[in-house]
Amino acid sequence: MKCSEFLNELTNYLDGALDARTKSELDDHLAWCHNCYVVCDTTRKTIEIYRNSELYELPDDLRTRLHTAIMTKCSGHKKSDPAGG
Amino acid sequence: MSTIQPNIEQPVSEEMQLVRRAKRGDDQAFEELVRRYDRNVFRIAQHITQNREDAEDVVQEAFLKAYSNLEKFQEQSKFYTWLVRIAVNEALMKLRRRKPERTVSLDEEVKTEDDSLPREVADWSPNPEQMYNQAQLRDILTRTIQGLPSGFRTVFVLRDVEGLSTEETAEALELSIPAVKSRLLRARLQLRERLNRFFQKKASGDGDQ
Repeated sequence: MKCSEFLNELTNYLDGALDARTKSELDDHLAWCHNCYVVCDTTRKTIEIYRNSELYELPDDLRTRLHTAIMTKCSGHKKSDPAGG
Repeated sequence: MSTIQPNIEQPVSEEMQLVRRAKRGDDQAFEELVRRYDRNVFRIAQHITQNREDAEDVVQEAFLKAYSNLEKFQEQSKFYTWLVRIAVNEALMKLRRRKPERTVSLDEEVKTEDDSLPREVADWSPNPEQMYNQAQLRDILTRTIQGLPSGFRTVFVLRDVEGLSTEETAEALELSIPAVKSRLLRARLQLRERLNRFFQKKASGDGDQ
């Protein structure tokens, strides 16, 4: 397997979306190709870091304000359109 | 090596019960759906618009649109996937308004294949997050993901941050499954490449950003 072939399957490999035979071919490639091992490992870390990052958490006060605004608008929508749209 | 699995598993039947109650006019049921997904919609909107005020507007508009179009929701997918589709469209509209000088579309293909190929292969510190304090890390991650083309960024956020499946991401973005997979691969590789300089092992000492 060439490195470019490994790279094409990287997303499926990380997502566990490969059949046993292809996965085994990729595992074999990783066992001897240090570059692909590093790319695979650091890509996995990239995903985990973003998943755990808590970027753009919704603060409680803003959340309360948004809820009130949403439900007020919804109830206004209902009044202006009693048939339900 | 461990695999990355979606991190949201909502019991569909419970969600659908709420949707059906909301369709019958039960606003409390709809409010429960808002509570369930407002954080996700806000994150997605912030990632796409990169603007707090726009994200607040998108959250309100997406839920209002979902509320007023609930009858049209066919229940063939999760409510959440349908809601994400509405939110993404609202967010893209905001982005277009803010950046009228360039076309903003999920079909945007501004990079060539070569931009995704790893150029720098250096091992990272075993615990890269610990090289920086929380504020520094947040800044690095925000600036890095904002540098991705919106078409790649949106796929990465839905699939890897919000934990939608490939199929759900395709449905929410009206893309084919191969298109989602291709963009996801390129988004992941480009982010990895850009994070290299922050997280790679240093000869001595830790991060000094």
